[in-house]
Amino acid sequence: MVEGRPSTSVVWKWLADVPDPEIPAISLLDLGVIRDIQWRADTLEVTVTPTYSGCPATSLINFQIEAALSARGIQKLTLKRQIAPPWTTDWMSDAGCKKLEAYGIAPPRSTGSPKQCPRCKSNSLEEISEFGSTPCKAQWRCKDCLEPFDYFKCI
Amino acid sequence: MGDNTLVLGQRLSEWCGHGPAPEEDIALANIALDLIGQTRLWLDLAGNREGLGRDSDMLAYHRNPWDFKNLLLVEQPNRDFGVTMMRQFLFDTWHLETLRILSHHTDKDVRGIAQKSSKEVTYHRARSTNIVIALGDGTEKSQLRMQSALNRLYPYVGEMFMTDKDDLIDMAALRPRFDAHLSATLNKATLTKPESEFYHKGGKTGTQHSEHLSHILATMQSLPRSYPEAKW
Ligand SMILES: [Zn+2]
Repeated sequence: MVEGRPSTSVVWKWLADVPDPEIPAISLLDLGVIRDIQWRADTLEVTVTPTYSGCPATSLINFQIEAALSARGIQKLTLKRQIAPPWTTDWMSDAGCKKLEAYGIAPPRSTGSPKQCPRCKSNSLEEISEFGSTPCKAQWRCKDCLEPFDYFKCI
Repeated sequence: MGDNTLVLGQRLSEWCGHGPAPEEDIALANIALDLIGQTRLWLDLAGNREGLGRDSDMLAYHRNPWDFKNLLLVEQPNRDFGVTMMRQFLFDTWHLETLRILSHHTDKDVRGIAQKSSKEVTYHRARSTNIVIALGDGTEKSQLRMQSALNRLYPYVGEMFMTDKDDLIDMAALRPRFDAHLSATLNKATLTKPESEFYHKGGKTGTQHSEHLSHILATMQSLPRSYPEAKW
């Protein structure tokens, strides 16, 4: 249990340990979906922005935030949905992008295509489909090692 | 906007597990998901502004066909993959232009949803455009099917540019940019725009939906209407 009220910077650190439910290699902070943390009287307010409007992970993300903070002793919590400004892959942390690549998912790039195969690092790539296993990813294939891989789309 | 994305999202979800290739199946399901997510944003806002305590689920599941304000185009059946993708291409092209303008609307909630949605719809349109080109400029058979899909659906294009009292913007003003993308794409796809500019109307005003809307709503609404207290 928490002695007194933790500062918001402490809460930010706690949320850095909460994994993304779809891509557990990165945290919710890496993903850039936590926009703000504020105390409103005795209630902690966490502002969360959805990645894609229909992303089914959104409710799971909220659930994980609730579970993580409740485990830390936060009793009064409200989650605020914020859609403007819209989430952008620019909000993903550099550390998050590195973790994504190590996990086998090519990180987003403003050029709209992955830089290299996350496995063999080849630059000889082709797109298979603009949509992958989730709305945020596209399917690509490496023409050298022939492995298909996910590419996190830039939005 | 919310009724369009709802009805089309539901239509596309009928493809789940039936796509011609796994990639296409996944893509259609993902696009349906985006559209349903956008529906939630639009209809929650609509319910909020209405002030009668109705949320997006209430508006989606507990209204009758004549209360729906979607375009006739989106309620048209999937038929084959060619018809589905032609319908998607026509809708995406209109949708993106509409969202671009709504992204600058004076109402900040409308603007927020439009900005969020247009990021997603940019991908939808890129994909449906590429598929229309690939299948139009494909084999003799695929070209024929895409041309017949266009002939079938073109009479639903005109309604998208009618402006009525519910519209926040002048819809007719979007037509030139729509036409520009349409002709550039049809040109690459070796398809010909039908000569007749006749169009069906009555979807977005709710006065004359096609019979297809009642069927799709029956499927979508039967569970929450039979078991109003049902929870996930
Ligand atoms: Zn490779």
